[in-house]
Amino acid sequence: MFLAVHFTQPPEWRWYILGYFFFAGLAGGCYALGAMLRLFGRPSDESAARLCFLLAFPLLLVCPVLLSIDLGQPARFWHMMYDTGVGGPALNFKSWTPMSLGVWGLLAFGVFATISFLEVVALDGRYRYPLSGAVAKVVVGPVARLVNVVGTVFALFVAAYTGVLLSVSNQPVWSDSYALGGLFLASGLSGAAALVTLFRRWRPTAEASDAAVAEADGYFALLELAIIAVLFVTLGFAGQLVRAISAPWFVLWIVAILSLLPPLAGRFRSGVVVSPAGTAALARMGVAANVATATIVLVGVLALRAAVIWSAQG
Amino acid sequence: MAQAKGFFTDTSVCIGCKACEVACKEWNQLKGDEPHFLADSFDNTGKLDAENWRHVKFIEPSSLTAATTVGDGQAWLMMSDVCKHCQHASCLEVCPTNAIVRTEFDTVFIQQETCNGCRNCISACPYGVIGFSQTTGTVHKCTLCYDRLQNDMTPACAKACPTQSIQFGNLTDLQAAADKRLGQLHQVGYSNAQLYGRDNTVYGGLNAFFLLMDKPQVYGLPTGESAALPSRNNVGGYLGGVIAAALALIGGMIAIRRRREPPAVEARPPAAEPETQPVGSRAGGGDGR
Repeated sequence: MFLAVHFTQPPEWRWYILGYFFFAGLAGGCYALGAMLRLFGRPSDESAARLCFLLAFPLLLVCPVLLSIDLGQPARFWHMMYDTGVGGPALNFKSWTPMSLGVWGLLAFGVFATISFLEVVALDGRYRYPLSGAVAKVVVGPVARLVNVVGTVFALFVAAYTGVLLSVSNQPVWSDSYALGGLFLASGLSGAAALVTLFRRWRPTAEASDAAVAEADGYFALLELAIIAVLFVTLGFAGQLVRAISAPWFVLWIVAILSLLPPLAGRFRSGVVVSPAGTAALARMGVAANVATATIVLVGVLALRAAVIWSAQG
Repeated sequence: MAQAKGFFTDTSVCIGCKACEVACKEWNQLKGDEPHFLADSFDNTGKLDAENWRHVKFIEPSSLTAATTVGDGQAWLMMSDVCKHCQHASCLEVCPTNAIVRTEFDTVFIQQETCNGCRNCISACPYGVIGFSQTTGTVHKCTLCYDRLQNDMTPACAKACPTQSIQFGNLTDLQAAADKRLGQLHQVGYSNAQLYGRDNTVYGGLNAFFLLMDKPQVYGLPTGESAALPSRNNVGGYLGGVIAAALALIGGMIAIRRRREPPAVEARPPAAEPETQPVGSRAGGGDGR
């Protein structure tokens, strides 16, 4: 990196793109976390893993909607995948352009997220759809593991590539650091852990994984904090740090960094020992604290992306 | 392919009349933006965008790094800015729809029927040339009057320029003319005069290149390491993501696997708290898949 000089115009990527980055990070993070719980965890982690897969799918569904709405010509979304111009007709795939790669990555992740969602719906047995039943019959044993492993690769890609997309530009801040991809990935995983904590109220059996999710979130938050430090150092070398953290964006950075404190402090950990006889109130306080801290983490995930997106575009 | 065409803009003879802006708008049927008072010398166009494909920059002495004198005073610099039609075009590189193409005249052109308005090219263009139109939902920039070129006509701006500051023609002819003009200026003492984009040091060479009277940065033109393609960050960006993913997976694995050990509460003497259990240790839900 070097002292960068930029004369670019901002692309005016605002709320829809912020929303897309947020949901893509959470969807990818949820899927990856679910796969980790299923592949590395004990049998009692299966419930939390299923919760992750159940969350990843609807979160992912929001993404193409937001992406399309942000386009100047939403009905031409498919032009991302199919060349209708003088170079066509042909499929569009530009591996050196994260936006092109990302569209295909999103599509591939969508396939795996859908399969895992249908599988979990069938396994849970709450709803009986022929399609989910058929998927569950095929996706068993090693096939299920393979689906989760390959799906995780695409999930992590979707969570990270949005940061790389910003870097592969000539915009100030974005193009002055290699850290954005990793930063969005770590943040997405942390947000996913928070989301699981938030939603496991409606899936009591997932409580068995609370400690694991909390500890994992601690690692994700630590990683995110380290990457923020790397980002600031590289932006400093490029002479863009002041721009990135100037008013009013520093507020968003403060929110993003403060939101990492609860997972770092292990606040999600349900280590309190309670007696079934008389400490229900204490348990309720624990749940309330978990909801509050998970919400703070999610706000931080949003604030981080907003700080990155907005500060570069002034 | 036809011979490569381009512009040679000699800023030393630009008088800031804006005839190029007007001619461009007229031929390309650009409405222009609502006029604003920009408090920026004689400039009320501001920047290149979807409605302004030519923009005459006025650079006052306070911005200059080298003294460009005329008579007893310092001269302002004026420059009719335009899309550079780069040989290695950042916009063309990142366009995910392949709407941005190179024409038979070796110019860079946006196919309006293919563009979907993602604006990735705007974030990539190092010159701030491309603008998004709310009216069409697509991005626009100078086409080097592609329709006029197809009919063997000179682009509107070059046709209208009263001082020959904007010259149009075959690229090789323009380069020769630029070299000659630079020699003349150096001969009469304008040692700061330099060509920008004439050779391949900036984006592989520019089809719309300039003769400048000061450093390129003064005109808002990147040089050296700042004049780089967006794809330079691909490897570093993805590598950063891969390293973060590996560390996150290791962290997650450690966190999840560590609990395979018996929980601490089970190791307690039975008599201490026989009826207690951790909040998070109730039902496990899995089927062991």
